[in-house]
Amino acid sequence: MGRLKTLVRNEAGTPPLAGGHSLCQGCGVPLVVRVVLDSITTPKVVINATGCLEVATTRYPTTAWNVPWLHVAFENAAAAASGVESAYRALRKQGRLADELTFVVFAGDGGTYDIGLQALSGALERGHRFVFVCYDNEAYMNTGIQRSGATPFGASTTTSPAGLESFGKAQQRKDMTAIAVAHHIPYVAQAAGSFWHDLSVKVEQAAAASGPAFLNVLSDCPLGWGHDAKLGPEVGRLAVETRFWPLYDVVDGAYRLTHDVPKPRPVAEWLRPQARFAHLFRDGGERLVAEIQRRVDDDWSSLVARCAAQR
Amino acid sequence: MAELKPWVERSTSPRVRTGGWRTAGVPRADLERCTNCLLCWLYCPDSAVRLDGTTFVGFDEDVCKGCAVCVEVCPTDAIRMEDE
Amino acid sequence: MTVLTSAKLLTGGEAVAHAMRQVNPDVVPVYPITPQTPIIETFAKLAAAGLADAEIVNVESEHSAMSAAVGAALAGARTMTATSSQGLALMAEVVYIAASMRAPVVMAVGNRALSGPINIHCDHSDAMLVRDSGCVQLFAQDAQEAYDLMVMAPRIAERGDVLLPVLVGLDGFTVTHLAEPVELLPDEAVREFVGEYSIPHSLLGGDVTTHGPFAMPDSYFELKVGQARALDCALHAFAEVAHEFAELSGRKLGVLDAYRLEDAGRAIVLLGSTAGTVKDVVDELRAQEEEVGVLAIRSFRPFPRGEIRAALEWLDEAAVLDRALSPGAFAPLYAEIAAATYNTDLHLRSHVYGLGGRDLLPEHIRAVFAGTAPDFPGLRWDA
Repeated sequence: MGRLKTLVRNEAGTPPLAGGHSLCQGCGVPLVVRVVLDSITTPKVVINATGCLEVATTRYPTTAWNVPWLHVAFENAAAAASGVESAYRALRKQGRLADELTFVVFAGDGGTYDIGLQALSGALERGHRFVFVCYDNEAYMNTGIQRSGATPFGASTTTSPAGLESFGKAQQRKDMTAIAVAHHIPYVAQAAGSFWHDLSVKVEQAAAASGPAFLNVLSDCPLGWGHDAKLGPEVGRLAVETRFWPLYDVVDGAYRLTHDVPKPRPVAEWLRPQARFAHLFRDGGERLVAEIQRRVDDDWSSLVARCAAQR
Repeated sequence: MAELKPWVERSTSPRVRTGGWRTAGVPRADLERCTNCLLCWLYCPDSAVRLDGTTFVGFDEDVCKGCAVCVEVCPTDAIRMEDE
Repeated sequence: MTVLTSAKLLTGGEAVAHAMRQVNPDVVPVYPITPQTPIIETFAKLAAAGLADAEIVNVESEHSAMSAAVGAALAGARTMTATSSQGLALMAEVVYIAASMRAPVVMAVGNRALSGPINIHCDHSDAMLVRDSGCVQLFAQDAQEAYDLMVMAPRIAERGDVLLPVLVGLDGFTVTHLAEPVELLPDEAVREFVGEYSIPHSLLGGDVTTHGPFAMPDSYFELKVGQARALDCALHAFAEVAHEFAELSGRKLGVLDAYRLEDAGRAIVLLGSTAGTVKDVVDELRAQEEEVGVLAIRSFRPFPRGEIRAALEWLDEAAVLDRALSPGAFAPLYAEIAAATYNTDLHLRSHVYGLGGRDLLPEHIRAVFAGTAPDFPGLRWDA
């Protein structure tokens, strides 16, 4: 409870993202944004890729942001942030800027896994100091729920719809967290909005890292995932408690499980409340659910092995 | 975790009243049941929970969209959606 | 007061790099592409020798180069970069955005043909690709002009009524790679000339600003028109900055370079380095009593329509030489000259030359002036 009160005090009555934006009822993204920004104690500058968060919060002439904020385009949030961060270093070196600032990049899974991947990779390789937060809701939600490289196997989206000839997305999603780890940056973590405490602890470490930090944060989307708006936190919890979305971090290459799930619920309990997986519970879907379960189990074992190898 | 240092002025943007989105009622809190756990403040997607310091005060009906996430996360069932 | 200068033998690329060294920008995102690479290589060498202080950001594509440039410029850092051809094409989306976000980035463009086929030599198709982006677009005729325009560019870009990116074009290989005597100003003169970088509402300036909003039909129109008006202000800005630059250097650059045009009956109108060859032919023909002249355009955007009309309207004929095609339509510069001289008695002709780096020789230019140019290879004739 101490941490929550500190987040409240850090907001100091002025939320970094105010109400009045046009994100959906029950959207899981503002939770992530506020936990991230409220967990960082220096002044912040936000760089935002095109997507739900950006579009819904900055309709001219209004803005919901109470922090300096930059949006350039869809695929280049990390590149724009690289420029801002380089300017910051230059100005500090010249003595023209005294304040210590933290740069936070927000991008959806589209702007991270797919179209944003190149710019992110380049920025990580160059070692710019920023906290890159992917709010991963597993599809291109802003444009109407199209599949992305983050969409899980078997999910129905508008461009990978389930039907007579199709069971939804036929490919496994990318392991974006592993891609970030492969860039040898100081801090990488997988987190979830529904586990805000774990996320907040990770954000602190990310902001303190001496180079780029990458956070892959599962964020629920009531519209795109197909559940009641108010059930977002519960559905998000199920992702973690079924081991579908493990919570871990990687500090200078060393893996740590930050939330153990010793008695996992069957992955079907994560799938069932979401309309995007409803077709898996009709005739013939059992083998797909079993496939998903198998994959979750294999990934968990690999992760645990990687964590054990560090000790 | 250290406290935040103030650096910037607030935005001067006009506010949009998304309270007009509500169709299924407005949240009302029973202050007797409320334990000031602050989870509703955290989970509200619209920053619509008003606090005085770290004490729950009420809901900002100008921007509350009526999603009822607060009802679900409240650990003491202190919040209910009521007709307006 | 004219400051004494000394000439160095420099390629256009090196001259641009020296201008950058003297301007001393804070952030320089770089990505290589022929023929601008000597610019960023020379600049990197100068920086490594401690002669420039820039944060050089070795981005992973030109799209990221312009993206980083926008971020840096809006964050309060003077920012410069360079590109050509496919690089400009790849970053085109962000070039438009940079102008719309009023980011005063200065970018040298080693003008090179756009693919396909892939060609690394000079033409103006890359510049034409972004002519509607809202940026200031200047064309240098030689290494000296490339240097001069790069020194002037930050002053034009950063003026309060402009606040737009400035693209300084220099012909690929012909200017970027050819060594000529270039007079450099003293370092302190340039430093004083460009002054300190300062933009309103920078991201790191301490106040809460939202840059790059989403605009619906109810506001997009006015925002775009406002941006276009800023580009119009760049004409006046250019004149004022050029005046100050002339006092410093003794070299006066105008938005137009009219050579022996005042009493000419016929003229060639064009952009870029070929103007040099045309001037040589003009001198030769003038010696034979022919009343010919040349109008080289330095500011392509904003397009100085009033000045062009005034310069050409009393001539009998003008041939517009375009170093780019607009397939299915009029050649780009020709179309704009035609619009600028509409309803005058000027007789205009359109030629396309030099695509993909093919040279235009004096004999071709003589034929254009004589009105007898058949279809030379590399010189298309259009009535």
